[in-house]
Amino acid sequence: MIELNQFLILSALLFAIGVIGIFLNRKNVIIILMSIEIILLSVNLNLIAFSYFLNDLTGQIFSLFVLTVAAAEAAIGLAILVIYNRNAGSIEIEKINALKG
Amino acid sequence: MQSLVYILPEIFLFIVATVLLVTGLFLKNIKLINSLAIFSLLVTVILILNQPFQSAFLNSFVVDELSLVLKIMILIGSIASLIMFVSSKDDLNINIYEFPILIIFSTIGMMVMVSANDLLAMFIGLELQSLSLYVLAALNRNSLLSSEAGIKYFILGALSSGLLLFGISYIYGFSGNTNFNLIAVNINPESLGLIIGIVFVLAGLAFKVSAVPFHMWTPDVYQGAPTPITGFFALAPKIAAMGLLVRFLFNSFGEIYIDWQQIIFFISIASMMLAAFAAIAQSNLKRLMAYSSIGHIGYALIGVACFTDEGLRSLLIYLMIYLIMNIAVFAFLLSLKRNDGYFENISDLSGMHKNHPLRTMLIALIMFSLAGIPPLAGFFGKFYIFVAAIESEMLFLAIIGVIASVISAFYYLRIVKIMYFDEPKEEFDGSSIKSLNLLYYPSSILIIIFFIYPSPVINISEYAIQSII
Repeated sequence: MIELNQFLILSALLFAIGVIGIFLNRKNVIIILMSIEIILLSVNLNLIAFSYFLNDLTGQIFSLFVLTVAAAEAAIGLAILVIYNRNAGSIEIEKINALKG
Repeated sequence: MQSLVYILPEIFLFIVATVLLVTGLFLKNIKLINSLAIFSLLVTVILILNQPFQSAFLNSFVVDELSLVLKIMILIGSIASLIMFVSSKDDLNINIYEFPILIIFSTIGMMVMVSANDLLAMFIGLELQSLSLYVLAALNRNSLLSSEAGIKYFILGALSSGLLLFGISYIYGFSGNTNFNLIAVNINPESLGLIIGIVFVLAGLAFKVSAVPFHMWTPDVYQGAPTPITGFFALAPKIAAMGLLVRFLFNSFGEIYIDWQQIIFFISIASMMLAAFAAIAQSNLKRLMAYSSIGHIGYALIGVACFTDEGLRSLLIYLMIYLIMNIAVFAFLLSLKRNDGYFENISDLSGMHKNHPLRTMLIALIMFSLAGIPPLAGFFGKFYIFVAAIESEMLFLAIIGVIASVISAFYYLRIVKIMYFDEPKEEFDGSSIKSLNLLYYPSSILIIIFFIYPSPVINISEYAIQSII
Protein backbone atom coordinates (compact mmCIF):
# COMPACT_ATOMS: atom_id res chain seq x y z
CA MET A 1 0.00 0.00 0.00
CA ILE A 2 1.43 3.37 -1.01
CA GLU A 3 1.01 6.04 1.57
CA LEU A 4 0.06 9.66 1.11
CA ASN A 5 3.55 10.82 2.07
CA GLN A 6 5.10 9.02 -0.85
CA PHE A 7 2.76 10.75 -3.26
CA LEU A 8 3.54 14.09 -1.70
CA ILE A 9 7.28 13.53 -1.94
CA LEU A 10 7.01 12.47 -5.56
CA SER A 11 4.92 15.46 -6.51
CA ALA A 12 7.18 17.83 -4.57
CA LEU A 13 10.12 16.41 -6.52
CA LEU A 14 8.33 16.89 -9.81
CA PHE A 15 7.43 20.42 -8.78
CA ALA A 16 11.06 21.14 -7.90
CA ILE A 17 12.22 19.73 -11.23
CA GLY A 18 9.80 22.03 -12.99
CA VAL A 19 10.87 25.15 -11.08
CA ILE A 20 14.58 24.35 -11.44
CA GLY A 21 14.00 23.66 -15.12
CA ILE A 22 12.66 27.18 -15.57
CA PHE A 23 15.55 28.86 -13.80
CA LEU A 24 18.54 26.76 -14.80
CA ASN A 25 17.64 26.27 -18.42
CA ARG A 26 19.63 28.59 -20.68
CA LYS A 27 18.77 27.07 -24.01
CA ASN A 28 15.29 27.67 -25.35
CA VAL A 29 11.81 28.60 -24.35
CA ILE A 30 10.18 25.31 -25.35
CA ILE A 31 11.93 23.67 -22.39
CA ILE A 32 10.33 26.27 -20.12
CA LEU A 33 6.92 25.34 -21.48
CA MET A 34 7.69 21.72 -20.67
CA SER A 35 8.74 22.68 -17.15
CA ILE A 36 5.48 24.54 -16.64
CA GLU A 37 3.64 21.45 -17.78
CA ILE A 38 5.56 19.35 -15.23
CA ILE A 39 4.63 21.79 -12.46
CA LEU A 40 0.95 21.60 -13.33
CA LEU A 41 1.06 17.81 -13.52
CA SER A 42 2.74 17.57 -10.14
CA VAL A 43 -0.13 19.63 -8.76
CA ASN A 44 -2.56 17.21 -10.37
CA LEU A 45 -0.84 14.29 -8.73
CA ASN A 46 -1.09 16.09 -5.41
CA LEU A 47 -4.76 16.82 -5.86
CA ILE A 48 -5.65 13.28 -6.86
CA ALA A 49 -3.64 11.75 -4.02
CA PHE A 50 -5.31 14.04 -1.50
CA SER A 51 -8.69 13.34 -3.03
CA TYR A 52 -8.15 9.59 -2.72
CA PHE A 53 -6.95 9.70 0.86
CA LEU A 54 -9.59 12.18 1.99
CA ASN A 55 -12.36 10.20 0.28
CA ASP A 56 -13.53 13.40 -1.31
CA LEU A 57 -14.24 13.93 -4.99
CA THR A 58 -13.45 17.65 -5.13
CA GLY A 59 -9.76 17.11 -5.74
CA GLN A 60 -10.34 14.96 -8.79
CA ILE A 61 -12.74 17.49 -10.27
CA PHE A 62 -10.18 20.15 -9.54
CA SER A 63 -7.53 18.21 -11.41
CA LEU A 64 -9.76 18.09 -14.49
CA PHE A 65 -10.02 21.87 -14.38
CA VAL A 66 -6.25 22.11 -14.02
CA LEU A 67 -5.76 19.90 -17.07
CA THR A 68 -8.07 22.09 -19.13
CA VAL A 69 -6.37 25.26 -18.06
CA ALA A 70 -2.94 23.73 -18.70
CA ALA A 71 -3.99 22.94 -22.25
CA ALA A 72 -5.18 26.51 -22.81
CA GLU A 73 -2.01 27.87 -21.28
CA ALA A 74 0.21 25.75 -23.50
CA ALA A 75 -1.73 26.89 -26.56
CA ILE A 76 -1.34 30.54 -25.68
CA GLY A 77 2.31 30.10 -24.75
CA LEU A 78 3.12 28.48 -28.07
CA ALA A 79 1.21 31.17 -29.94
CA ILE A 80 3.19 33.93 -28.23
CA LEU A 81 6.38 31.98 -28.88
CA VAL A 82 5.60 31.78 -32.60
CA ILE A 83 5.09 35.55 -32.74
CA TYR A 84 8.29 36.13 -30.85
CA ASN A 85 10.22 33.81 -33.11
CA ARG A 86 8.93 35.65 -36.15
CA ASN A 87 10.08 38.99 -34.76
CA ALA A 88 13.37 38.03 -33.19
CA GLY A 89 14.42 35.12 -35.38
CA SER A 90 15.35 32.92 -32.43
CA ILE A 91 13.94 31.59 -29.18
CA GLU A 92 17.18 31.41 -27.25
CA ILE A 93 16.64 32.60 -23.73
CA GLU A 94 19.85 34.59 -23.52
CA LYS A 95 18.77 36.64 -26.48
CA ILE A 96 15.48 37.70 -24.90
CA ASN A 97 16.90 40.94 -23.58
CA ALA A 98 15.50 43.79 -25.63
CA LEU A 99 13.67 45.06 -22.55
CA LYS A 100 15.91 45.92 -19.64
CA GLY A 101 16.89 48.78 -17.38
CA MET B 1 -30.82 27.22 -12.00
CA GLN B 2 -31.47 29.65 -9.19
CA SER B 3 -27.74 30.33 -8.98
CA LEU B 4 -27.53 31.55 -12.57
CA VAL B 5 -29.36 34.74 -11.62
CA TYR B 6 -26.50 35.68 -9.32
CA ILE B 7 -23.91 35.58 -12.05
CA LEU B 8 -26.05 37.55 -14.49
CA PRO B 9 -23.43 40.30 -15.11
CA GLU B 10 -20.77 37.71 -15.90
CA ILE B 11 -23.10 35.78 -18.20
CA PHE B 12 -24.12 38.97 -19.93
CA LEU B 13 -20.51 40.01 -20.53
CA PHE B 14 -19.63 36.55 -21.75
CA ILE B 15 -22.45 36.59 -24.30
CA VAL B 16 -21.45 40.07 -25.42
CA ALA B 17 -17.84 39.00 -25.87
CA THR B 18 -18.78 35.94 -27.93
CA VAL B 19 -21.21 37.90 -30.08
CA LEU B 20 -18.63 40.63 -30.67
CA LEU B 21 -16.03 38.04 -31.57
CA VAL B 22 -18.25 36.72 -34.34
CA THR B 23 -19.44 40.17 -35.45
CA GLY B 24 -15.87 41.39 -35.66
CA LEU B 25 -15.09 38.79 -38.31
CA PHE B 26 -17.65 40.20 -40.72
CA LEU B 27 -17.76 43.81 -39.67
CA LYS B 28 -14.41 45.49 -40.08
CA ASN B 29 -15.44 48.53 -38.05
CA ILE B 30 -13.20 48.39 -34.98
CA LYS B 31 -14.51 51.65 -33.59
CA LEU B 32 -18.07 50.30 -33.55
CA ILE B 33 -17.02 47.11 -31.80
CA ASN B 34 -15.10 49.14 -29.26
CA SER B 35 -18.10 51.38 -28.61
CA LEU B 36 -20.35 48.36 -28.23
CA ALA B 37 -17.87 46.90 -25.73
CA ILE B 38 -17.82 50.14 -23.73
CA PHE B 39 -21.61 50.26 -23.81
CA SER B 40 -21.95 46.69 -22.61
CA LEU B 41 -19.47 47.31 -19.79
CA LEU B 42 -21.67 50.24 -18.74
CA VAL B 43 -24.72 47.98 -18.87
CA THR B 44 -22.83 45.53 -16.67
CA VAL B 45 -22.31 48.28 -14.10
CA ILE B 46 -26.09 48.73 -13.96
CA LEU B 47 -26.64 44.97 -13.70
CA ILE B 48 -24.17 44.77 -10.83
CA LEU B 49 -25.82 47.65 -8.99
CA ASN B 50 -29.16 45.86 -9.18
CA GLN B 51 -27.91 42.48 -8.06
CA PRO B 52 -29.23 40.95 -4.84
CA PHE B 53 -26.58 40.05 -2.28
CA GLN B 54 -26.39 36.30 -2.21
CA SER B 55 -24.02 33.40 -2.44
CA ALA B 56 -24.40 31.02 -5.34
CA PHE B 57 -23.12 27.63 -6.49
CA LEU B 58 -22.89 26.06 -3.05
CA ASN B 59 -21.37 29.19 -1.58
CA SER B 60 -18.46 29.17 -3.99
CA PHE B 61 -19.43 32.47 -5.57
CA VAL B 62 -20.55 35.33 -3.36
CA VAL B 63 -22.15 38.60 -4.31
CA ASP B 64 -21.71 41.06 -1.48
CA GLU B 65 -20.81 44.66 -0.77
CA LEU B 66 -17.09 44.14 -1.28
CA SER B 67 -17.49 42.37 -4.60
CA LEU B 68 -19.91 45.05 -5.78
CA VAL B 69 -17.52 47.91 -5.10
CA LEU B 70 -14.49 46.10 -6.50
CA LYS B 71 -16.34 44.99 -9.62
CA ILE B 72 -17.39 48.53 -10.37
CA MET B 73 -13.81 49.72 -9.91
CA ILE B 74 -12.61 46.99 -12.27
CA LEU B 75 -15.20 47.95 -14.85
CA ILE B 76 -14.15 51.60 -14.63
CA GLY B 77 -10.57 50.51 -15.28
CA SER B 78 -11.61 48.42 -18.28
CA ILE B 79 -13.71 51.23 -19.75
CA ALA B 80 -10.82 53.64 -19.29
CA SER B 81 -8.44 51.38 -21.16
CA LEU B 82 -10.94 50.89 -23.98
CA ILE B 83 -11.17 54.67 -24.30
CA MET B 84 -7.37 54.83 -24.41
CA PHE B 85 -7.41 52.14 -27.08
CA VAL B 86 -9.77 54.00 -29.36
CA SER B 87 -7.64 57.13 -29.19
CA SER B 88 -4.39 55.43 -30.11
CA LYS B 89 -5.12 52.25 -32.06
CA ASP B 90 -4.03 53.51 -35.46
CA ASP B 91 -0.78 55.06 -34.37
CA LEU B 92 0.30 52.23 -32.10
CA ASN B 93 -0.25 49.61 -34.78
CA ILE B 94 -2.76 47.68 -32.68
CA ASN B 95 -5.71 48.05 -34.99
CA ILE B 96 -7.07 44.66 -33.97
CA TYR B 97 -10.70 44.08 -33.13
CA GLU B 98 -9.83 41.41 -30.56
CA PHE B 99 -8.58 44.07 -28.17
CA PRO B 100 -11.98 45.00 -26.65
CA ILE B 101 -12.97 41.33 -26.61
CA LEU B 102 -9.86 40.26 -24.74
CA ILE B 103 -10.42 43.11 -22.30
CA ILE B 104 -13.97 41.87 -21.73
CA PHE B 105 -12.79 38.31 -21.17
CA SER B 106 -10.21 39.35 -18.65
CA THR B 107 -12.80 41.58 -17.00
CA ILE B 108 -15.05 38.54 -16.58
CA GLY B 109 -12.11 36.72 -15.04
CA MET B 110 -11.52 39.56 -12.62
CA MET B 111 -15.19 39.72 -11.69
CA VAL B 112 -15.07 36.02 -10.87
CA MET B 113 -11.91 36.61 -8.84
CA VAL B 114 -13.40 39.23 -6.57
CA SER B 115 -16.53 37.13 -6.05
CA ALA B 116 -14.72 33.85 -5.56
CA ASN B 117 -15.28 32.14 -2.25
CA ASP B 118 -13.83 28.82 -3.26
CA LEU B 119 -10.36 27.74 -4.33
CA LEU B 120 -11.72 26.40 -7.60
CA ALA B 121 -13.61 29.58 -8.48
CA MET B 122 -10.54 31.58 -7.51
CA PHE B 123 -8.31 29.52 -9.77
CA ILE B 124 -10.67 29.67 -12.74
CA GLY B 125 -11.16 33.42 -12.41
CA LEU B 126 -7.44 34.02 -12.08
CA GLU B 127 -6.62 31.92 -15.12
CA LEU B 128 -9.29 33.50 -17.30
CA GLN B 129 -7.85 36.87 -16.37
CA SER B 130 -4.20 35.93 -16.88
CA LEU B 131 -4.66 34.03 -20.13
CA SER B 132 -6.31 37.09 -21.68
CA LEU B 133 -3.59 39.33 -20.30
CA TYR B 134 -0.79 37.20 -21.80
CA VAL B 135 -2.33 37.65 -25.22
CA LEU B 136 -2.93 41.36 -24.63
CA ALA B 137 0.72 41.96 -23.72
CA ALA B 138 1.82 40.46 -27.04
CA LEU B 139 -0.93 42.15 -29.02
CA ASN B 140 1.33 44.19 -31.27
CA ARG B 141 2.36 41.29 -33.46
CA ASN B 142 4.98 43.15 -35.45
CA SER B 143 6.83 44.63 -32.54
CA LEU B 144 9.77 42.84 -30.96
CA LEU B 145 9.24 44.62 -27.66
CA SER B 146 5.58 43.71 -27.42
CA SER B 147 6.14 40.04 -28.17
CA GLU B 148 9.04 39.95 -25.75
CA ALA B 149 6.81 41.49 -23.08
CA GLY B 150 4.25 38.80 -23.88
CA ILE B 151 6.73 35.97 -23.58
CA LYS B 152 8.18 37.26 -20.31
CA TYR B 153 4.76 37.80 -18.85
CA PHE B 154 3.63 34.39 -19.99
CA ILE B 155 6.57 32.46 -18.54
CA LEU B 156 6.55 34.16 -15.17
CA GLY B 157 2.74 34.21 -15.07
CA ALA B 158 2.53 30.51 -15.75
CA LEU B 159 5.14 29.85 -13.08
CA SER B 160 3.14 31.89 -10.58
CA SER B 161 -0.03 29.99 -11.51
CA GLY B 162 1.92 26.82 -10.82
CA LEU B 163 2.98 28.08 -7.39
CA LEU B 164 -0.57 29.13 -6.63
CA LEU B 165 -1.96 25.77 -7.67
CA PHE B 166 0.61 23.89 -5.63
CA GLY B 167 -0.45 25.93 -2.63
CA ILE B 168 -4.11 25.29 -3.39
CA SER B 169 -3.49 21.54 -3.49
CA TYR B 170 -1.86 21.67 -0.04
CA ILE B 171 -4.63 23.77 1.43
CA TYR B 172 -7.19 21.37 0.01
CA GLY B 173 -5.29 18.36 1.27
CA PHE B 174 -4.71 19.58 4.80
CA SER B 175 -8.09 21.17 5.41
CA GLY B 176 -10.19 18.78 3.33
CA ASN B 177 -12.19 21.58 1.73
CA THR B 178 -11.98 24.08 -1.05
CA ASN B 179 -14.60 26.51 0.20
CA PHE B 180 -13.15 29.50 2.06
CA ASN B 181 -15.72 29.37 4.84
CA LEU B 182 -15.38 25.63 5.33
CA ILE B 183 -11.60 25.94 5.39
CA ALA B 184 -12.01 28.49 8.17
CA VAL B 185 -14.24 26.09 10.12
CA ASN B 186 -11.97 23.07 9.73
CA ILE B 187 -8.72 24.91 10.19
CA ASN B 188 -6.01 23.24 12.21
CA PRO B 189 -3.59 25.94 13.38
CA GLU B 190 -0.80 23.44 14.00
CA SER B 191 -0.87 21.95 10.51
CA LEU B 192 2.40 22.60 8.72
CA GLY B 193 0.96 21.59 5.36
CA LEU B 194 -1.60 24.35 5.60
CA ILE B 195 1.10 26.94 6.23
CA ILE B 196 3.06 25.69 3.22
CA GLY B 197 -0.12 26.02 1.19
CA ILE B 198 -0.72 29.58 2.35
CA VAL B 199 2.87 30.57 1.53
CA PHE B 200 2.62 29.18 -2.00
CA VAL B 201 -0.76 30.79 -2.66
CA LEU B 202 0.53 34.10 -1.34
CA ALA B 203 3.54 33.84 -3.64
CA GLY B 204 1.19 33.32 -6.59
CA LEU B 205 -1.03 36.21 -5.60
CA ALA B 206 1.93 38.48 -4.85
CA PHE B 207 3.00 37.86 -8.42
CA LYS B 208 -0.40 38.96 -9.70
CA VAL B 209 -0.33 42.19 -7.69
CA SER B 210 3.38 42.59 -8.63
CA ALA B 211 4.68 42.81 -5.09
CA VAL B 212 8.39 42.33 -4.37
CA PRO B 213 9.98 39.68 -4.58
CA PHE B 214 7.69 38.65 -7.43
CA HIS B 215 7.83 41.91 -9.34
CA MET B 216 10.51 41.12 -11.95
CA TRP B 217 8.06 41.02 -14.83
CA THR B 218 6.41 44.37 -14.14
CA PRO B 219 8.87 46.90 -15.64
CA ASP B 220 9.54 44.82 -18.75
CA VAL B 221 5.91 44.09 -19.44
CA TYR B 222 4.86 47.66 -18.77
CA GLN B 223 7.48 48.97 -21.14
CA GLY B 224 6.96 46.43 -23.90
CA ALA B 225 3.19 46.29 -24.05
CA PRO B 226 1.32 48.97 -26.04
CA THR B 227 0.39 51.88 -23.75
CA PRO B 228 -3.41 51.33 -23.52
CA ILE B 229 -2.66 47.77 -22.44
CA THR B 230 -0.07 48.93 -19.94
CA GLY B 231 -2.78 51.17 -18.58
CA PHE B 232 -5.08 48.21 -18.26
CA PHE B 233 -2.37 46.21 -16.45
CA ALA B 234 -1.91 49.00 -13.98
CA LEU B 235 -5.62 49.48 -13.34
CA ALA B 236 -7.87 46.47 -13.18
CA PRO B 237 -5.80 43.32 -12.44
CA LYS B 238 -4.17 44.88 -9.39
CA ILE B 239 -7.55 45.71 -7.89
CA ALA B 240 -8.96 42.27 -8.64
CA ALA B 241 -5.98 40.43 -7.20
CA MET B 242 -6.06 42.63 -4.12
CA GLY B 243 -9.75 41.84 -3.58
CA LEU B 244 -9.04 38.15 -4.00
CA LEU B 245 -6.13 38.35 -1.56
CA VAL B 246 -8.32 40.04 1.03
CA ARG B 247 -11.13 37.53 0.71
CA PHE B 248 -8.77 34.57 0.70
CA LEU B 249 -6.87 35.68 3.78
CA PHE B 250 -9.72 37.18 5.79
CA ASN B 251 -12.43 34.62 5.07
CA SER B 252 -10.47 31.42 5.33
CA PHE B 253 -7.41 32.18 7.44
CA GLY B 254 -8.61 34.92 9.75
CA GLU B 255 -7.98 32.65 12.70
CA ILE B 256 -4.29 32.13 12.03
CA TYR B 257 -3.62 35.69 10.91
CA ILE B 258 -0.35 35.78 12.88
CA ASP B 259 1.16 33.38 10.36
CA TRP B 260 0.33 35.21 7.16
CA GLN B 261 0.63 38.67 8.62
CA GLN B 262 4.43 38.35 8.70
CA ILE B 263 4.53 37.44 5.03
CA ILE B 264 2.40 40.41 4.01
CA PHE B 265 4.45 42.58 6.34
CA PHE B 266 7.65 41.55 4.57
CA ILE B 267 6.41 41.90 1.00
CA SER B 268 4.86 45.24 1.81
CA ILE B 269 8.14 46.66 3.16
CA ALA B 270 10.14 45.12 0.32
CA SER B 271 7.81 46.54 -2.34
CA MET B 272 7.86 50.04 -0.88
CA MET B 273 11.62 50.19 -0.52
CA LEU B 274 12.51 48.54 -3.81
CA ALA B 275 10.14 50.77 -5.76
CA ALA B 276 11.49 53.88 -4.07
CA PHE B 277 15.10 53.12 -4.98
CA ALA B 278 14.78 51.31 -8.31
CA ALA B 279 12.62 53.97 -9.92
CA ILE B 280 15.23 56.68 -9.41
CA ALA B 281 17.42 55.36 -12.22
CA GLN B 282 14.65 54.98 -14.79
CA SER B 283 14.51 57.08 -17.91
CA ASN B 284 11.43 55.52 -19.49
CA LEU B 285 8.10 56.81 -18.19
CA LYS B 286 6.35 53.46 -18.52
CA ARG B 287 9.09 51.70 -16.55
CA LEU B 288 8.86 54.46 -13.98
CA MET B 289 5.12 53.89 -13.70
CA ALA B 290 5.79 50.18 -13.26
CA TYR B 291 7.99 50.83 -10.24
CA SER B 292 5.51 53.39 -9.02
CA SER B 293 2.73 50.80 -9.13
CA ILE B 294 4.93 48.30 -7.26
CA GLY B 295 5.37 50.93 -4.58
CA HIS B 296 1.66 51.72 -4.44
CA ILE B 297 0.88 48.04 -4.04
CA GLY B 298 3.32 48.02 -1.14
CA TYR B 299 1.38 50.79 0.58
CA ALA B 300 -1.92 49.09 -0.13
CA LEU B 301 -0.61 45.85 1.38
CA ILE B 302 -0.09 47.66 4.69
CA GLY B 303 -3.88 47.81 4.84
CA VAL B 304 -4.04 44.02 4.48
CA ALA B 305 -1.28 43.44 7.02
CA CYS B 306 -3.18 45.37 9.70
CA PHE B 307 -6.01 42.82 9.73
CA THR B 308 -8.48 45.34 11.14
CA ASP B 309 -11.54 46.95 9.60
CA GLU B 310 -9.64 50.20 9.78
CA GLY B 311 -6.93 48.67 7.61
CA LEU B 312 -9.36 47.20 5.15
CA ARG B 313 -11.18 50.49 4.79
CA SER B 314 -7.96 52.37 4.15
CA LEU B 315 -6.98 49.70 1.62
CA LEU B 316 -10.18 50.34 -0.34
CA ILE B 317 -9.74 54.09 -0.18
CA TYR B 318 -6.19 53.64 -1.40
CA LEU B 319 -7.23 51.41 -4.29
CA MET B 320 -9.89 53.89 -5.41
CA ILE B 321 -7.41 56.76 -5.39
CA TYR B 322 -4.81 54.59 -7.10
CA LEU B 323 -7.30 53.78 -9.86
CA ILE B 324 -8.08 57.44 -10.49
CA MET B 325 -4.44 58.53 -10.44
CA ASN B 326 -3.39 55.81 -12.86
CA ILE B 327 -6.18 56.61 -15.30
CA ALA B 328 -4.90 60.19 -15.32
CA VAL B 329 -1.26 59.18 -15.76
CA PHE B 330 -1.87 56.81 -18.63
CA ALA B 331 -4.19 59.19 -20.43
CA PHE B 332 -1.38 61.70 -20.09
CA LEU B 333 1.18 59.24 -21.47
CA LEU B 334 -0.98 58.67 -24.52
CA SER B 335 -1.25 62.37 -25.16
CA LEU B 336 2.54 62.64 -25.60
CA LYS B 337 2.30 62.32 -29.32
CA ARG B 338 3.85 64.23 -32.15
CA ASN B 339 2.74 63.48 -35.73
CA ASP B 340 2.47 59.71 -35.52
CA GLY B 341 5.07 58.83 -32.92
CA TYR B 342 4.61 58.39 -29.21
CA PHE B 343 7.15 59.53 -26.68
CA GLU B 344 7.78 57.70 -23.47
CA ASN B 345 11.08 58.98 -22.16
CA ILE B 346 11.25 61.41 -19.31
CA SER B 347 13.61 63.66 -21.28
CA ASP B 348 10.94 64.08 -23.95
CA LEU B 349 8.87 66.04 -21.45
CA SER B 350 11.41 68.79 -21.06
CA GLY B 351 10.03 72.29 -21.13
CA MET B 352 6.54 71.05 -21.81
CA HIS B 353 4.94 73.88 -19.92
CA LYS B 354 5.90 76.43 -22.58
CA ASN B 355 3.64 74.81 -25.14
CA HIS B 356 1.01 73.14 -22.95
CA PRO B 357 0.56 75.16 -19.76
CA LEU B 358 -2.75 73.61 -18.64
CA ARG B 359 -1.78 70.03 -19.33
CA THR B 360 1.58 70.47 -17.65
CA MET B 361 -0.05 71.92 -14.58
CA LEU B 362 -2.45 69.02 -14.33
CA ILE B 363 0.27 66.43 -14.78
CA ALA B 364 2.38 68.20 -12.18
CA LEU B 365 -0.56 67.94 -9.81
CA ILE B 366 -0.94 64.25 -10.60
CA MET B 367 2.76 63.71 -9.90
CA PHE B 368 2.40 65.55 -6.59
CA SER B 369 -0.55 63.33 -5.83
CA LEU B 370 1.40 60.16 -6.66
CA ALA B 371 4.17 61.37 -4.39
CA GLY B 372 1.62 61.96 -1.64
CA ILE B 373 1.81 65.70 -1.19
CA PRO B 374 -1.14 67.34 0.58
CA PRO B 375 -3.85 68.39 -0.10
CA LEU B 376 -4.13 66.06 -3.11
CA ALA B 377 -5.89 62.70 -3.13
CA GLY B 378 -2.70 60.63 -3.01
CA PHE B 379 -1.79 62.16 0.32
CA PHE B 380 -5.07 61.12 1.88
CA GLY B 381 -4.73 57.60 0.53
CA LYS B 382 -1.39 57.25 2.29
CA PHE B 383 -2.64 59.10 5.35
CA TYR B 384 -5.47 56.64 5.99
CA ILE B 385 -3.12 53.71 5.42
CA PHE B 386 -0.56 55.01 7.91
CA VAL B 387 -3.23 55.85 10.48
CA ALA B 388 -4.54 52.31 10.20
CA ALA B 389 -1.02 50.93 10.61
CA ILE B 390 -0.37 53.04 13.69
CA GLU B 391 -3.70 52.11 15.25
CA SER B 392 -2.97 48.42 14.90
CA GLU B 393 0.46 49.03 16.44
CA MET B 394 2.48 48.41 13.32
CA LEU B 395 4.62 51.46 13.78
CA PHE B 396 7.50 49.96 11.85
CA LEU B 397 5.38 49.61 8.72
CA ALA B 398 4.19 53.21 9.00
CA ILE B 399 7.74 54.52 9.47
CA ILE B 400 9.10 52.55 6.51
CA GLY B 401 6.12 53.75 4.48
CA VAL B 402 6.82 57.39 5.22
CA ILE B 403 10.53 56.99 4.46
CA ALA B 404 9.77 55.22 1.17
CA SER B 405 7.30 57.89 0.12
CA VAL B 406 9.84 60.62 0.86
CA ILE B 407 12.43 58.86 -1.29
CA SER B 408 9.96 58.24 -4.07
CA ALA B 409 8.99 61.91 -4.05
CA PHE B 410 12.37 62.47 -5.71
CA TYR B 411 11.51 60.87 -9.02
CA TYR B 412 8.02 62.30 -9.20
CA LEU B 413 9.33 65.77 -8.51
CA ARG B 414 12.11 65.28 -11.04
CA ILE B 415 9.44 64.94 -13.73
CA VAL B 416 7.87 68.19 -12.59
CA LYS B 417 11.27 69.87 -12.63
CA ILE B 418 12.02 68.65 -16.15
CA MET B 419 8.64 69.80 -17.40
CA TYR B 420 8.97 73.29 -15.96
CA PHE B 421 12.63 74.22 -15.96
CA ASP B 422 14.34 72.41 -18.81
CA GLU B 423 14.82 73.53 -22.40
CA PRO B 424 11.53 73.37 -24.31
CA LYS B 425 11.14 70.96 -27.23
CA GLU B 426 8.63 70.80 -30.05
CA GLU B 427 4.91 70.91 -29.38
CA PHE B 428 2.90 67.72 -28.82
CA ASP B 429 -0.32 67.37 -30.74
CA GLY B 430 -2.07 65.06 -28.31
CA SER B 431 -4.42 67.65 -26.87
CA SER B 432 -6.63 67.37 -29.93
CA ILE B 433 -7.70 63.86 -28.95
CA LYS B 434 -11.15 64.32 -27.44
CA SER B 435 -11.59 60.87 -25.99
CA LEU B 436 -8.45 61.23 -23.88
CA ASN B 437 -9.72 64.48 -22.40
CA LEU B 438 -12.68 62.44 -21.24
CA LEU B 439 -10.31 60.53 -18.97
CA TYR B 440 -7.79 63.20 -18.28
CA TYR B 441 -9.87 66.07 -16.97
CA PRO B 442 -12.38 64.21 -14.79
CA SER B 443 -9.68 62.18 -13.07
CA SER B 444 -7.48 65.24 -12.46
CA ILE B 445 -10.45 67.11 -11.05
CA LEU B 446 -11.30 64.19 -8.77
CA ILE B 447 -7.72 64.16 -7.48
CA ILE B 448 -7.84 67.88 -6.76
CA ILE B 449 -11.26 68.11 -5.13
CA PHE B 450 -10.89 64.99 -3.03
CA PHE B 451 -9.83 66.95 0.05
CA ILE B 452 -12.89 69.21 -0.16
CA TYR B 453 -15.37 66.42 -0.44
CA PRO B 454 -13.86 63.06 0.61
CA SER B 455 -16.99 61.57 2.15
CA PRO B 456 -18.24 59.61 -0.92
CA VAL B 457 -14.99 57.63 -1.14
CA ILE B 458 -14.94 57.04 2.60
CA ASN B 459 -18.60 56.01 2.64
CA ILE B 460 -18.10 53.61 -0.25
CA SER B 461 -15.18 51.97 1.50
CA GLU B 462 -17.16 51.80 4.73
CA TYR B 463 -19.99 50.16 2.81
CA ALA B 464 -17.71 47.68 1.06
CA ILE B 465 -16.07 46.22 4.14
CA GLN B 466 -19.21 45.32 6.05
CA SER B 467 -19.38 41.92 4.42
CA ILE B 468 -15.86 40.94 5.42
CA ILE B 469 -15.49 41.91 9.07
